[in-house]
Amino acid sequence: MPNISPNKVPMPEQAPDIRNKNFLEVTHGYDEAMAMEEAARCLNCKHKPCMTGCPVSVKIPEFIALVAAGDFEAAYHKIKETNALPAVCGRVCPQENQCEKHCVRGIKGEPVAIGRLERFVADWYMKNRTPELPAIQPNGHKVAIIGSGPASLTCAGDLAKLGYAVTIFEAFHTAGGVLMYGIPEFRLPKAIVQKEIDALREMGVDIQTNMVIGKVFSVDELLESGYDAVFIGTGAGLPSFMGIPGENLNGVYSANEFLTRINLMQAYRFPEVNTPVEVGSHVAVIGGGNVAMDAARCAKRLGAEHVSIVYRRSREEMPARAEEVEHAMQEGIEFQMLTAPTEMLGTEDGWVRGLACVKMELGEPDASGRRRPVAVPGSEFVLEAETVVVAIGQTPNPLIKNTTGGLETHSWGGIITEENGATSKPGVYAGGDAVSGAATVILAMGAGKTAAAAMDAYIQEKKE
Amino acid sequence: MYPIVRKEVLNPQVTLLEVAAPLIAAKAEPGQFIIFRVKEGGERVPLTIADFDREKGTVTIIFQMVGKSTKELGQLGEGDSILDFVGPLGTASHLTGYKKAAVIGGGLGTAIAYPQAKRLHELGCEVHAISGFRNKDIIILEKELNAVADKVVIMTDDGSNGNKGFVTDALRSLIESGEEYDLVVAIGPLIMMKMVSERNRPYGIKPIVSMNPIMIDGTGMCGGCRVKVGGETKLACVDGPDFDGHLVDFDAAMKRQGMYKRQERDADCRLLGGNGHA
Repeated sequence: MPNISPNKVPMPEQAPDIRNKNFLEVTHGYDEAMAMEEAARCLNCKHKPCMTGCPVSVKIPEFIALVAAGDFEAAYHKIKETNALPAVCGRVCPQENQCEKHCVRGIKGEPVAIGRLERFVADWYMKNRTPELPAIQPNGHKVAIIGSGPASLTCAGDLAKLGYAVTIFEAFHTAGGVLMYGIPEFRLPKAIVQKEIDALREMGVDIQTNMVIGKVFSVDELLESGYDAVFIGTGAGLPSFMGIPGENLNGVYSANEFLTRINLMQAYRFPEVNTPVEVGSHVAVIGGGNVAMDAARCAKRLGAEHVSIVYRRSREEMPARAEEVEHAMQEGIEFQMLTAPTEMLGTEDGWVRGLACVKMELGEPDASGRRRPVAVPGSEFVLEAETVVVAIGQTPNPLIKNTTGGLETHSWGGIITEENGATSKPGVYAGGDAVSGAATVILAMGAGKTAAAAMDAYIQEKKE
Repeated sequence: MYPIVRKEVLNPQVTLLEVAAPLIAAKAEPGQFIIFRVKEGGERVPLTIADFDREKGTVTIIFQMVGKSTKELGQLGEGDSILDFVGPLGTASHLTGYKKAAVIGGGLGTAIAYPQAKRLHELGCEVHAISGFRNKDIIILEKELNAVADKVVIMTDDGSNGNKGFVTDALRSLIESGEEYDLVVAIGPLIMMKMVSERNRPYGIKPIVSMNPIMIDGTGMCGGCRVKVGGETKLACVDGPDFDGHLVDFDAAMKRQGMYKRQERDADCRLLGGNGHA
């Protein structure tokens, strides 16, 4: 008997004015009863519309039916058939634009809470079961994977299962890429990411940290040294700045630096750890994406009294997930919509003290299809800020491009690939943000998966 | 883990560590740097490579114990290991094609200028090394400089080595005595690099300076190491650390360096067990 409630079973969460003072996870996740109740809302549609929205084709109705039946272990294995990182995806996927967007229950009410159920199943398994190691038959071939974010972890897992000896090269001291340095603890606990990485290690994947490819080895040297193929999953790590006066004042951060200090280096525990971060009582975060929301919510948690999101278009055009915007609003983040900064103002000793802004109105649609913001004459004002975080986007790091002959890239830095991830250089594949520009974890995972299959085919063909 | 194979205390503040890091040693070039992290919870701190030995597979760093992280590093001894050691980072110095170079080190900067002097010497360039220290007790690398430089001038602020004055004074008198340099390498405190660059501006000699701002990843990701060079924002970690001293905005760089002064002081007090906030 399906549950006919038009609404999702609510997920327990920390109250906004408690959670905006700590870095613990915002939401607590379903318990078994909640999960079974929510799973009963699934109509188990024959044509499975939800699956068409999933970049890694999770068998959604099948796993949900298993949850409804209380067989959580089987549900986990069903998800794992196609998704390497369910605990991560259940938390950070934009389900509202993917699986849940296509859910039939969403037509007259809320869609089935597919993301929450995925998270529940993954968390349940981590808590109650010891992961079984897949039986791996080594096939005598070696592959190198550059970077250790979601695209690389997925690619590594798939190739390891096929019997390849996989080496991951990570530039930082910790593997995980954006899952570790970018997404904050309160949205994605680092212990969860670490468990996924540990699981890869147990499968035999060799993760070498402190290895900056392009410096310590070039891609060509990797190929010459016996790797049969190379996957580039180096993400979009190069911060964009606005190019307005005052951007080099003290107290002005790229979102990358601000979030890396807080997430990877754990500056929120300073001075218990050695890395500091400077957060004034007024913080302005420029940008309207998930990264901007993350930075703003971190600033609030670090004690800022006023945190403003400064975005030049309106709420409607904001690229951030609706859930993230709502969470930020609940936590007291102030939104300066239709506002564009024109200059960062400084004190005599070189610290930022404010943001000169101008109000905008929306004109005709631009190339992105969104209405172009136009400055309103005479609407200039100054927003007080001792800390400014620039979160207007990231592009791929040119380090690999600059040191790899024959690797074609777009003018904006993205690596050019075929649909299967093959680059212009034989044996070299790429995927994730390094190819697409800044996108989502799940799209990166999908690209890693596709590339793994293509790399396997390439190596097997070369062997014959 | 990266084992320390040799430790030498050069003066009470300055320590040399030779670290086993064969992959970095194989690729390192003068002007490049490493980032170290002493232990879990430690900061990522950049240090310019002072020397490397490809055969032994070692990289030498020389540092002053000024902040919490460098003090923790200085407490390690031979046989201990550094948790993280990543490199070689940054763009190598362009040192080919010069005939006569003045290589100037201010205090600890001498350690960073030394590999450049050594490489210029290997390339057949005549090298004049000028180093400045507060007093004679903290002079470092005099023997090493003598081995690679055709002339070595060591200055002290207080004249305690019999040679009172700043490196800029020494450079000026060499130029005025008729030495014709086609390159000046100046490495040391920002104010010293600024003064040297200004001093040789009338002579039109190209100054290479080495910037060492605050950074995290060292690969262009954080953008923390922004320096204004010729009106443009550059990243010291990937575009540098070497820049044309005539183009660097040193005043802006000095302001950026002070960003974490307060936190550094707090962290330092804890390390030393002190409770006073100076």
